[in-house]
This record gives sequence, structure tokens and C-alpha cells, in this order.
Amino acid sequence: MSDDPGRRGFLGLAAAATAGLAGVVLAPGIRLVEVAQAATPADASIGANPKVRWGMLIDTTKCASGCTDCVDACQTENGLAKPTRSTDPQWIRKVEIKEIKTGRQASVPVMCQHCAEPPCVDVCPTGASFKRADGIVLVDRHSCIGCRYCMMACPYKARSFVHEPLTGQKPDVPRGKGCVESCTLCVHRLDAGQKTTACAEACTRAGHGAIVFGDLNDPASEISRRVREVRSTQLRADLRLDPGVRYAGL
Amino acid sequence: MRHAGLILAVLALVAAVTPWSASRADTAKRGLLPAIEPAAKGERCVEDTATMRRNHMRFLEHQRDDTVHGGIRGAKHSLKGCVDCHASKTTGSVAAAKTDFCVACHSFAAVKVDCFGCHATKPAAALATTSGGKP
Amino acid sequence: MQTLVHARNESRNFWLLATLGALVTAVGLGAAHLMEEHGHAITGMDNAVVWGLPHVFAIFMIVAASGVLNVASIGSVFGKPDYKKRAPLSGLLSIAMLAGGLMVLMLDLGRPERIVVAATHYNFSSVFAWNVLLYSGMVAIVVLYLWTMFERRFNAWSRPAGIAALVWRFVLTTGTGSIFGFLVARQAYGTALLAPLFIVLSFGWGLAVFLIVQATMYRWNGRHLEPALQRRLARLLGVFVAAALFLVAVQHLTSGYFARQQAFEAFILRDGGVYPWLFWGGYVLVGAALPLLLLFHPRLGGEGGMLAACLLIVLGAFAWLYVFIIGGQAFPLEIFPGAEVSSSFGDGQIAGYLPAWPEWLLGIGGLGAAFLLTVIGVRAFDFMPQDDLAAGGH
Repeated sequence: MSDDPGRRGFLGLAAAATAGLAGVVLAPGIRLVEVAQAATPADASIGANPKVRWGMLIDTTKCASGCTDCVDACQTENGLAKPTRSTDPQWIRKVEIKEIKTGRQASVPVMCQHCAEPPCVDVCPTGASFKRADGIVLVDRHSCIGCRYCMMACPYKARSFVHEPLTGQKPDVPRGKGCVESCTLCVHRLDAGQKTTACAEACTRAGHGAIVFGDLNDPASEISRRVREVRSTQLRADLRLDPGVRYAGL
Repeated sequence: MRHAGLILAVLALVAAVTPWSASRADTAKRGLLPAIEPAAKGERCVEDTATMRRNHMRFLEHQRDDTVHGGIRGAKHSLKGCVDCHASKTTGSVAAAKTDFCVACHSFAAVKVDCFGCHATKPAAALATTSGGKP
Repeated sequence: MQTLVHARNESRNFWLLATLGALVTAVGLGAAHLMEEHGHAITGMDNAVVWGLPHVFAIFMIVAASGVLNVASIGSVFGKPDYKKRAPLSGLLSIAMLAGGLMVLMLDLGRPERIVVAATHYNFSSVFAWNVLLYSGMVAIVVLYLWTMFERRFNAWSRPAGIAALVWRFVLTTGTGSIFGFLVARQAYGTALLAPLFIVLSFGWGLAVFLIVQATMYRWNGRHLEPALQRRLARLLGVFVAAALFLVAVQHLTSGYFARQQAFEAFILRDGGVYPWLFWGGYVLVGAALPLLLLFHPRLGGEGGMLAACLLIVLGAFAWLYVFIIGGQAFPLEIFPGAEVSSSFGDGQIAGYLPAWPEWLLGIGGLGAAFLLTVIGVRAFDFMPQDDLAAGGH
């Protein structure tokens, strides 16, 4: 074959131009590359409301060691199996703590803290880990590639990875192998108009009243009143992640 | 070209067979279309059949963003809605048996359906009456 | 007749090596397939140690891929003729190892079939997202760089291409170190030192890999490295190893100085069982001290000594990465500072981890893929460093 710089040059130019154009637009309105952006719904009267910031106040003085009402409720609501191995997902767990210097003990439910500055959202390469307009931090399992970087980044060990194929999922809580997941603040209940999460409801129903759920941005809500009156802290407040979950009695 | 004769012969054979095999695919009588169980509930689908056949994946793709990011549930194109109507009367699912709604068409078209690795295949009401799925 | 026999032997050797590489790669791919079908439950990873042995292999290959290009940079950018002759081989190894490392990384994903999602959806506050672009761009740049070296008409462009490759791989290795550097949550990570540390580690690991491959190619072809050049390469490798050891020492000294980090440092350096063994024995002794002795000792620092040092450096690299990646995850997160904690989710406990055989096979499969690509490349093109040609031959 003869050395024909004219034809080669043309082919090279055509290839480069096509590649460049494809990176921008394949067809009207269809882009090859999407850049993850914070999503806001078209109509704020339904779905995630940006004026709301969902949060929780947990009074650990009302948490009994050995009580797992919140954990059980979460498992039932979300279709989670009782964990037996270290590969089983846990969206909420009871942590028994004992201060080393004072010996003071407490029993603390820990779940995704729904930070305002979530490190898991920062590190997710595809934008699957995201913060909704109303402050709930979620995993979009349609985009999650299962890289587990968010699990490395979370300071609260809030996230779990699904290590096995699943069956029998709840219709409101789709979850599956190869994706990362964590507490959703029962987002499916909130979107359906219910007022509280399964764990908070179970705790209240059992008469402990340790968990209060509500809108932190609404000064008239019960949670806002309580955090104004009672001293509460955030876990690892030094990291300045501004979690939506606050703890009293720690 | 060295093998011009052979190549032309193969092309001629393909050209001869193609209209014949294409005509054979038209009639359902010959059993070459998927056997889909019709929906158990409801009178009609949210869109007409031809539109759905071509675009249901696009509707679902758009709806899932509205649901996950926007928190809008129970909309016209929600997957849960599809499952509610299209769950088989016998298996109660859209993806259990070969004749169930989603699997029937998808295995015919040889397109892997990824949804039910995560999404429930049975309507919520049916699951509530049974002893709840083992995750 | 002699040349015909030689050519036939070469061809047979190539097919033998290529088959070996392909088999190892295939076994790795098979392990990945099993992982995808059954989930990560068949590995040793769990919700505490989320990145396991495959990441050790993958990050070694990716960091070494960046560092192996050093040889070419010294040639093209700084104009040293001895290194210029070695630049093409260095480029080939860079691409081969990057491919192998990325293969392992992508197959270890929970959903490897979603690579397309990763390639088309970017969250640019994530270093991972940047790395997708940096790694693929690296392959493209090195391919172009090789082209400028092989095509006589473009030889004049090899210096700009070399500079571009140099800058790109500095950014890439900074990105790799920052994967960990940007993690504020864990006591093992979250320090700005990790980016320069990874760059210096890449120099040593890359040069060690290059010298191993070069020595193997020379032995197969009955060539010898000229002693003066061999001494210079040995000294350069020694400097890289010493610099890396220095940065690792600074990292642990500084971390150990903070009261809040002392429990973690004690775990890694003294109390953590396998981790102190791997760190002191695997990295400091086998991976740094012994190689330094072999490289700088007047009698031991010959060709054999240098090859031995290179192999030890690679072993030490795996040991260091194991301690860094897995040890860093094994130590529990401090959610309640100043308190003893326990829970059903492993809070307060040192996480146990034992790599399962699919992880070993996947990691080794990645090495096999890099090996296969190198064998094919060396057979197809003229990558042998031509020391006997006059300067300016390439």
C-alpha cells in the first residue's frame, strides 16, 4: 500500500472530529457525558421539598442497653434480614459505649447521619451517592457501580455493601447485589405523606420516646423545640459535617 | 479480490433466504412471537401498546430520576404501578415464570432485564398477605 | 540456518509466554465472573474491610505504571541518551501495567457491567471521577508518545510528548494518592503527604519493574548491561527507595506525635499482628533496607544483586500496600472518642480479614494481563534497548 498522507490525514482528522463531537452531543438533547448535578424537583409541592431539612433527635438517656426496637422496626420496614455475618447489611445498630475515664455507660443507636456536608457524596465517582433537596442522603442504585469509596469515606460506618444476590425485596425499598446502601430516613414513607420513620415510630409506640423525627428547618416542629431546650451534640462534630441526627445525653 | 466468487455466493444465499425467513416471522400462528400473559388488573395500560413497546424503557429511565432524586412516587410511569397491574395471576410476579409479563418479552428479545435484581417482582398487596419475602 | 533456527525458537518462545500470560489472565477473569455471579460474599471482604487484596494488586500496578515512565522522562525530557534508548520499553510497560491494574480495579466493582455509567456520569468533586479521565488519558498520551518515538518523522515531537506524559503522570499519581489523602474519616489516611508519597513510591516501584523486565529480556537474548550504566541505574533506584523510606518515616513519626493518633500507630507498628510484621519485615527490611544494601554495597551491587534488589522492592511494595490499605481499614473508626464501644456491626473491634482465593486469582490475573500485553508488544515492535547503536538511533 502506498504511503498516502492525504488519505491518512483525512481519516485522522475525521476520527478526531467525531470523537470530539460525540463527547458533546450525539443527537439533539442527548449528551454522551452527563455531569452529576444536585437535582431539584420541578414541583416543590410534591416530593422532596428544599425548604425542609429532615432530622432526628435521639435521647440516649431513654435508650436501654439491650433494647433493639428501632433496629427491629428498620429491618421489618426495609426488608433487611437479621444480620448474622459481617457481610450482612445493617442500616441502624445499637452501639454500647463506656467512657474510659469515667466509666459512664450509654446505649446509642447509630445510623446514617444525613450530613449537610456528606463526605460520601463528595467521593462518589458517578454521583450515585447524593443529598436530596430535603437533606436526606441517599444512594441512587441506578448509578451505583459498587466501588465502595463512599464506605471508605463515611466516618460513621453508616453504609453497607450488598455482598449477595437478594430476593423478596419490599416494593418500596428496592435493593440489590453489588450496590451500597444505608439508612434512608424511611424516604418512601415520607414521600407517601407519612410523618415519621419506622424506628422513631416503633420507639414511641413502645413507650420509650427516645427518638424524635421532624423538620429541623421548621421552628414550630417538636424536634426544633427540643433541640432549643435540651443540650444535644452531633457525632464527630469536629469534622464539621453538620449531621442531621443529633444526640442528647452523650 | 481473491475469494470474490465465494463471497458473492454467500451474499446471494443470504439475500435469497432473508425475505423468506422475514415473512415467516409475521404470523403469531407459527408461534414465533412471545407468549405474554395479559395484565390481570385494569382496563388499559397507561400508554398504548405500540408506544409502550418502543418506549417503556425511556419512560422508566426518566421516572426513576423523578422518584429517586425528586421523591415523586406513584406517578403514571412508576415501576411499582407496572408490577401492580401486570403481575401474573398464577405466579403473582412479573418475572418468575417464562410467561410472566416482563420476562416473556425480554427473553424473546434477548435483552437482559436488570430491574428485578433490586426491584420487587410482586405487588405490595400480594407480599403483605404472604409471609413477607426472605431478603 | 542459524538465524532461521533462532527465529523459530523466538516464535515458539513467544507463543509459550503468550499462552502462559493468557492462561493466567483467563483464570483471573474467571474468578471475577464468579465474584459477579455470587457477589462479594465469596471474597474475604465485608462491611468493615471493603477494599481487599485486589486493590493491593491494582494500586501497585497503577502506581508502578506511572513510575516506570520515569525512565522515558529522563530520556526525553532531560535528554540523557542512555535513557532515551530505554524510553519505548518504559512506555510499553506503562500501558501494560495500567491496563492490568485497571482490569483488576474494574472487575472488583460491585457492578462491573456499569463501567459505562462510570465513564458517562461524572461527579467532579470525586477524585475517582477525575481518575477515570486521568487513567484513560494516560494511555492515550503514552500511545502518542510511543508513536513519536517510533515514527522517524515525529521524532522531534517526542520531547513535547515526553513532557506532556511527565506532567500527566504527576497529576495522575497525585490523584491516586489523593484517593486516600482526601478521606478525613480514617486515621490511616486524610493527610496531604500521601500525594507526594505516592509519587516517590512510584519512582522506586516503576524503576524496579523496569529493571526486572529489562534484565529478563537481556538474559533471554544473551545481552549484558554495561557496568557503568548498571551502577548508575542501581544508584538511582537506591535514591528512590531511600526517599520513599524517608517519607514513610515522616508520615508515621508525625502521625504518632498526635495523641489522638497514637492508638492507631501502635496498632500498625507494634500491636496489630500481621500488620507490624508486614510493615517492619516486609517493607522496611525486605523492601527497603536489604535492597539499599544490595544496591550500594561495592561488591554486592552487580547485575545479580540489582535484580535481587528489584524483586525485593516489589515484594516490599505489596507488603506496604497491604498494611496501608487493609490495615487502615482494620482499625475501627473512632465515632465516640474516649470511649470503649461495641456493637453488632463491629464498632470498636479490629476487623479481621483473610483474602479468599478469588481475590488472589483476580490480582494475579491482572499481573498476567500486564505480562501478556508486554510479551505481545515486545514481539510486535522493537522495544529492546539498543545500547550498541550510536547515540541518536532512536
